[in-house]
Amino acid sequence: MPIDEDAWTVSVNSIIARVIMKDTFKAICRCEWGLFPPRLSGKRPNTMPQTLPVMRRIWRSIFPAPMRPTTPSDRRRFLRRNLILHFRPATVNERTLKFTLSWGMGGMAATLILLQLATGMLLKFVYVPTAGDAYASIQTLVTDVPFGRLVRNLHHWCANLLVPITLLHMLRVFFTGAFHGVRQFNWIIGLMLIVLVLAANLTGYLLPYDQLAYWAVTVIAGMLAFIPGVGGTLQQAFGIDSAAGSGSLAFFYSLHTAVVPILMVVLMAFHFWRIRKAGGLVDPPAGMAPEDEMPKRIAVVPHLLAREASLALLLTTVVLLFSIVVDAPFTAPANPGLSPNPVRAPWYFAGLQELLLHLHPALAVSVVPLAVAIFLVCIPYLSYPRTTEGVWFASASGKVQSMIAATATVLVIPVLVLVDARIVKALPWRMPPLLRDGVLPLSLLSILIVGLTWTLRKRFRADLNETVQSLFVALVSAMLVLTLVGMFFRGAFMQLAWPV
Amino acid sequence: MTCRPHLPVAENGQPIENSSRRSLLSGLWLTLGGLVLAEIVWLVGSFLKPFKSDRGANAVPVTIDAGPADRFAPKTVTAFPRGRFYLVCLADGGFLALSRRCTHLGCTVPWDAEKGQFACPCHASIFDIRGDVIHSPAPRALDIFAVSIENNRVKVNISQPIRRSTFQNHQVVYP
Repeated sequence: MPIDEDAWTVSVNSIIARVIMKDTFKAICRCEWGLFPPRLSGKRPNTMPQTLPVMRRIWRSIFPAPMRPTTPSDRRRFLRRNLILHFRPATVNERTLKFTLSWGMGGMAATLILLQLATGMLLKFVYVPTAGDAYASIQTLVTDVPFGRLVRNLHHWCANLLVPITLLHMLRVFFTGAFHGVRQFNWIIGLMLIVLVLAANLTGYLLPYDQLAYWAVTVIAGMLAFIPGVGGTLQQAFGIDSAAGSGSLAFFYSLHTAVVPILMVVLMAFHFWRIRKAGGLVDPPAGMAPEDEMPKRIAVVPHLLAREASLALLLTTVVLLFSIVVDAPFTAPANPGLSPNPVRAPWYFAGLQELLLHLHPALAVSVVPLAVAIFLVCIPYLSYPRTTEGVWFASASGKVQSMIAATATVLVIPVLVLVDARIVKALPWRMPPLLRDGVLPLSLLSILIVGLTWTLRKRFRADLNETVQSLFVALVSAMLVLTLVGMFFRGAFMQLAWPV
Repeated sequence: MTCRPHLPVAENGQPIENSSRRSLLSGLWLTLGGLVLAEIVWLVGSFLKPFKSDRGANAVPVTIDAGPADRFAPKTVTAFPRGRFYLVCLADGGFLALSRRCTHLGCTVPWDAEKGQFACPCHASIFDIRGDVIHSPAPRALDIFAVSIENNRVKVNISQPIRRSTFQNHQVVYP
């Protein structure tokens, strides 16, 4: 039976239309500097006089736009003719250039990631990802390779700085309401990038195969086993069992040097492009801003670019100087028979470790992360009564409420930690562990959260914007307190102790 | 560059309705796409599975001879690093082979002879000499290995750790 060609075309087309996101497709088709570069002011951009010297012609064929643009139209052309810069808008609102709007956090994160890519590529040439040779290869790197120690230090300290910078960037975005409207999905991309940054740090500190690495793999393998339903299978599939060997090292090495960085670069491009589509950084919508000044658009090249470049250079200098002076830690080689005492996670996971000290593992690896993830993902998609774009802390009252939420959390969490460690955990009578370490603390936490929300609603007539903000503040402060407790108030055998 | 489908048109200018065939074909395409996706997932999964862990290299014998039973004094704990267990001689002379792996997240628990307890350096769990939890977060008592006493020699089978929720008397082996 002959196949109806039209029907084929129709079905193929409908699938294509469904698969390719409509907006993306349209944007590519329409984008004047996308598939079909426009003729700028009637001239072909690539035609050049044949009389130019050869070197100059080669240069012009690579960089068609003038390198030092002077006129406004040249500057726009410079931006559009540059692969990297064209992720940026051509003009931005002048007010958004103010440093205290963004604190340069996003730009700093991007700079650090670029530094990580550069130093990581160098390290990859020296490092050997097998259980037998990994530790020795780091020793070789530090002692024999010229500037090996510096490159390793840079990679280590940039990674350590990247975590607080990305988290602060998230806080800034949240507190200026830069997740409403067109920026909704960019918040999600940002969350994915934070997860990738943490994944990069985690997989990275496993690679030296020292004591820290070995026991971290062991603990992670233990955590996987507690994921309800799929835990055992997952643990086997990832090849990380109680005896962390070459199999798991190879697994984490491929994650760290291929999967995570590639995903990160792709998502970063997506992240920047969405900012461009949103017209630059967040700014109060018309009507909310002071009326006397009309927002003025200003060229990204050179105004924004110069600011970003100088901040990037400054940051690079700072981490370079720091890496010259301070060495990255390198503990004893992995020893399966002897856990160090105490086994401390790196500081950015100290809060999670503290959580594991208190909650039943089955809940600590499933219910808690799931609840936090759902809350964070839902933040931009709730139906808010108003947009808070460009308004710090949603409102003056929102600021007060956030302070109250933070203070309450900072006061309550240490008490809970103390009561749990000293009284609940050492209860003489028997109680099912899932009830004592799981259901009981989580119920108490839920009651506290509901109580906080109810109080703020009653006392301040908080709207949804302010309530979500208070909950977010409570979450962040709780994690901060737990991190501090884990970093400074845990001694031998991870028992509570005063810092020495 | 538009992807608007050219709908077949009848002589009177109305589009011909062939929606059933169209939906069948798109259904087929979707099924094929799903199959391809499943294949890729399976492929990725099989790549993630590592070359089997290097357990063969440092294989340990399944049964470990811990020595004569009268060598162990009551209320003592002896570590056997090769077998990854502690041989515990209880106050009444009974034997118990405890896995050194914390039941919380798998760290190695050292024996603290002064306090008479196993304390985990990772997440603050504490176990008594019988392996029972006296301070959570560990959800259950330390795993045990099967102990047998032949000709007054203590032998421990370390092929498979035995899970248990708490200590029970029948787990103890007497000479």
